[in-house]
Amino acid sequence: MRRPPLTDTLLAPSTTMSESGPLLALDNVSMLFHTRKGLFRGGVVTAVSGVSLTIARGETLALVGESGSGKTTVGRISLRLLRPTGGRVLFDGEDISQVPEERLGWLRKRTAIVFQDPFSSLNPYMTVSDLVAEPLVIDGVNDAAARRTRVRDALAAVDLTPTDRFMHVYPSSMSGGQRQRVGIARALIRNPEYIVADEPVSMVDASSRVEILDLLNGLQLQRGVAFLYITHDIASARHFADRIAVMHLGSIVESGSARQVIDQPVHPYTRALIAAVPEPDPANRFLRRATERWQDTPGLAIHPGCPHGGSIEVPAVLLEVPGEPGHSVACHLEPARGR
Amino acid sequence: MPLLAVDNLHLWYDAGGDRVVRAVDDVSFTIEDRGEAIGIVGESGSGKSSLALALMRLLPKNVARFDGSVRLNDRELTTLPEDQFRREIRWQHIAMVFQGAMSVLNPVLRIGDQIAEPLLLDRRFDKTAARARVHDLLQRVGLPADFASRYPHELSGGQRQRVGIATALALDPDVLILDEPTSALDVSVQAQIMNLLKDLKEDPGISMLFITHDIGLASDLCDRIAVTYAGEQMEIGPAEQVLVTPHHPYSQLLLASLPRLHSDVPPRPMPGDPPDLTALPRGCRFHPRCPYAWDACLEHPPLIPMPGGGHARCWLNDPVVAGERYQIQLRNAQAALD
Repeated sequence: MRRPPLTDTLLAPSTTMSESGPLLALDNVSMLFHTRKGLFRGGVVTAVSGVSLTIARGETLALVGESGSGKTTVGRISLRLLRPTGGRVLFDGEDISQVPEERLGWLRKRTAIVFQDPFSSLNPYMTVSDLVAEPLVIDGVNDAAARRTRVRDALAAVDLTPTDRFMHVYPSSMSGGQRQRVGIARALIRNPEYIVADEPVSMVDASSRVEILDLLNGLQLQRGVAFLYITHDIASARHFADRIAVMHLGSIVESGSARQVIDQPVHPYTRALIAAVPEPDPANRFLRRATERWQDTPGLAIHPGCPHGGSIEVPAVLLEVPGEPGHSVACHLEPARGR
Repeated sequence: MPLLAVDNLHLWYDAGGDRVVRAVDDVSFTIEDRGEAIGIVGESGSGKSSLALALMRLLPKNVARFDGSVRLNDRELTTLPEDQFRREIRWQHIAMVFQGAMSVLNPVLRIGDQIAEPLLLDRRFDKTAARARVHDLLQRVGLPADFASRYPHELSGGQRQRVGIATALALDPDVLILDEPTSALDVSVQAQIMNLLKDLKEDPGISMLFITHDIGLASDLCDRIAVTYAGEQMEIGPAEQVLVTPHHPYSQLLLASLPRLHSDVPPRPMPGDPPDLTALPRGCRFHPRCPYAWDACLEHPPLIPMPGGGHARCWLNDPVVAGERYQIQLRNAQAALD
């Protein structure tokens, strides 16, 4: 499949980009997985197809979608935890898409990931200080006193204070929110420039979620970390991301500033997704919200602002919505690929 | 006479040593009519699932205290012997849909056989009648009849949760308890299940006890909402009133902490940590996290009736105590000026 190269007009973030270009750029990235079903049947699953996106330094891009949409795969490709089967991944201008793992040590030091499940992602036999210090041990920081200082700093940065109280406890005696802070401290310890936060609050109690997201926002402001915030919760994306990209069946169907995508959604899938959110608002009660196929959801006619004008485009390209710089949308009439 | 009246219900657990977890502590509410839904909203550890287990009388072994009154159609249930409760009440009058659509179905049993289980128990139906009933139930929850011969692994999460609902509906219960029925589902599938629940509430008019951590979901389905915290009801009232003018600081902070889809008002984090259920604070259980807490909060507040039909467990709603607080604030302000 050929398509035009990455153009700034389509993909430029709404915030001003630093002179050195985006920190991360995915250009027409695809990911095929081979499935094996015994000796006689094999198959290919297209998890991600034709995804292009950029993240500027200190920017948060929310990748919103339902399970199976490929958002976690995109996050893993952006960290080169997966090697994409097509397209390019540029980190700080360097093409990392096919670099062998043993030559990616520099990338590992500049990037990090926060996992979804704070109950299973922390080794229950390690204390908080061991968990947070582990990346330093791998980096060969052999001075125990230096490690301890940096662990204290990281714990202080995620508000696990007084740090002495938390250094030697095990995750089992902490709440979900506290464990997720440990996960974030562990991600922070190498001072990364880019963090993938994969559903960081979906398993944290409602009353602690905003605290964790505020914490991530604060780290971004203080340290200029760029985030890929992977979530199924589009409402949280409005408040904690600069831009939103909506994924459906392995492709980005709409992207733009958080307000553009939520207040003026164009793609019918985005509109169906937004309509499905039960907001605690008296005007929003007892409504019928969804059908088996989102395409059948009432009121989802072709949007008057659709840049594709109701024509089928194969391959689907993200076109900019007229009069809305930075807001682009894929053609929804294009048949879903790969599945 | 209400359909279901729960009064002063307690379910405490033994937590080893002399520690006790007060999972359900003095909980009271009513479901007045057929087709009424009450939402039980709370975070994990607030005791909302224990409330469901108490009503179904599916109790674990380490129960330290279980008492209070549960009246269904004016019939006291708590004094029934277990055998009679199983034969006459559980699944027949009070049924439950469990959390986690993935794990509640038996993986080696066909869907139809699972739904038929309560039908065949105690020979309530013969096999032909049970088969017809299963097809009927599948249709009612929006699944094709041939799903009866499938296995759970052939179904998606949403379809499995529909099977869970069909099973609960098998014996035409009066009250359906739903414990986080959509928590493992995508938002669009969740909306489909909620549509189904809205239909069942209308016709045949099933009353529901809807347990959730998501106040948005509760507001989508429920006529009344009870906000629980650390085993206790903090506030209960008509859904619109709880959503628009919550009287308890916990309800207010919980609503303020939700990221809103169509508003630029940033969500506010809730202060403090969730309580340790084996070592509850003295007085109001929320007072260590409450921005309005003062001396009176060391005294345990009752549920205070509010205008508009709700109740709130906060001294700020007691005219005398709130008046004293106001006088003290006034004096302090005066002293600061002097």
